[in-house]
Amino acid sequence: MRVPQELEKPLRPKLPGPLTAFVESIGAGTIKLMTDVGGVTTLAWSVARWTIRPPYRLQNFFVQLDFVGVGSIFIVALTGLFSGMVFAHQSARAFQIFNAESLVGPTVALTITRELAPVFTALMVTMRAVSAMTTELGTMRVTEQVDALETMAVNPIQYLLVPRVLAGLIMVPVLVMVFDTTGMAGGYLIAVGVHGVSAGTFLSRTQQWMEAADIFEGLVKGAVFGLTVALIGCYKGFGASGGAKGVGQATTEAMVASALSIFILDYLVGITLH
Amino acid sequence: MAAQKMIQVIDLHKSFGTNYVLRGINLEVETGSTCVILGGSGSGKTVLMKHIIGLLKPDRGQALIEGEDIVPLGAEELAKIRMKFGMVFQAAALFDSMTVYENVSFPLREHRKLSEAEMRRIVGEKLSIVGLQDVEDKYPADLSGGMRKRVGLARAIVLDPNIVLYDEPTTGLDPITTEYVDEMILDAKKKLGVTSVVISHDVASAFKVADNVAFLSEGLIVDHGPPAQMRNSQQPMVKLFLQTWFGKN
Repeated sequence: MRVPQELEKPLRPKLPGPLTAFVESIGAGTIKLMTDVGGVTTLAWSVARWTIRPPYRLQNFFVQLDFVGVGSIFIVALTGLFSGMVFAHQSARAFQIFNAESLVGPTVALTITRELAPVFTALMVTMRAVSAMTTELGTMRVTEQVDALETMAVNPIQYLLVPRVLAGLIMVPVLVMVFDTTGMAGGYLIAVGVHGVSAGTFLSRTQQWMEAADIFEGLVKGAVFGLTVALIGCYKGFGASGGAKGVGQATTEAMVASALSIFILDYLVGITLH
Repeated sequence: MAAQKMIQVIDLHKSFGTNYVLRGINLEVETGSTCVILGGSGSGKTVLMKHIIGLLKPDRGQALIEGEDIVPLGAEELAKIRMKFGMVFQAAALFDSMTVYENVSFPLREHRKLSEAEMRRIVGEKLSIVGLQDVEDKYPADLSGGMRKRVGLARAIVLDPNIVLYDEPTTGLDPITTEYVDEMILDAKKKLGVTSVVISHDVASAFKVADNVAFLSEGLIVDHGPPAQMRNSQQPMVKLFLQTWFGKN
């Protein structure tokens, strides 16, 4: 019997060419991105629904306020102090070229309140608190603690996620204010103490150029970033699978997605407010 | 008169993507009895159990608890149904940030308005049923695997449920602890009168605790009945599985 020619070939999967592989990787990445954005949005809706339903778990909420907010004060304050110092130093050096050192104060103030404070604060909270959130929730998921909650007729979204997301939403703007304060203090120390800008000029020019809206912009950004990174951390942790490796991967993905979201949202919120 | 059915599973199908896990399960568990679902790894035992307590929704079919189909129920109605259940997880699933007392009292805090003294009394009582004393202040990490399972059972029965589900209760335990866990399951039935569903691949334990054994293979219950009847099953898969314990004769 004659064997058809195609059956004579060895059974080997056909490998995609480089162009096909490239297009496939873009497609797979796009699908994953869309899935994640959809998942986070759906989770946000669930969290909103479970936030307004009793029972209100105040103890869990205060524990998370403490963890996300109080626990981050020191590192945010320190980040703010040094960011203000380095920004004042670089600004003063640049403005000295034009004999415009009087502008160091408002430049530092506007940059910190509008941009540096919300972005750096959200990044620090992501690194310190959201990473812990993702790992904790992921571990609870893979060790069936989340299933255990459900079998005990306790909604895990309400019990675990609502307090964490609300803590992110509320505490990041509070931490932004801490950053604003220490950042301005650091800027003042370097501008006045090192570069010889007069204290009166630094303060009066800052007062002249800065408005409440600048501080408000930073706080709005802080709330948006805090909400987003907490949702991403919860989404990735809650969806973790595959043991310790899966939890590690979920945490890595949460960190990358949170950091990217902060920068993208910084631009989007910035142009929306102006 | 026919015995009352606590759990009925009717023509249950479930697939995850292309993985067709349950292919039309039919199962009945009588009130107050212990049903052991035997089967190899990956046969769909845990998936079936998660359908019984409503953690998963089937693609098709029904899961009835005391005659009520839980498949179409929403989160709030399911929460009410779950009050009838206690579940002991394979690795106990204790909350590792809480002490033993906090773990066992957790369902009481959530669903009963009791004083701390009353909760202490109930927790102590349930811990003594599972043979544990003076462990209330310990964390799960300080306990052995067998002790964690016993704490898991104490937590599962703290609200006096009608049904207790055991997910592979003897997996990974030494023979003495396995014996103890078997006794614990029998005691829970005798002292509390609960209906139990045990999923396992431990033939010895299954035949010790079961009133009925159902054998799950490739997504189907291929045979079921009392242990003595199952011992003589003519189903090839059941025979092969039981030979591992009872030998070829």
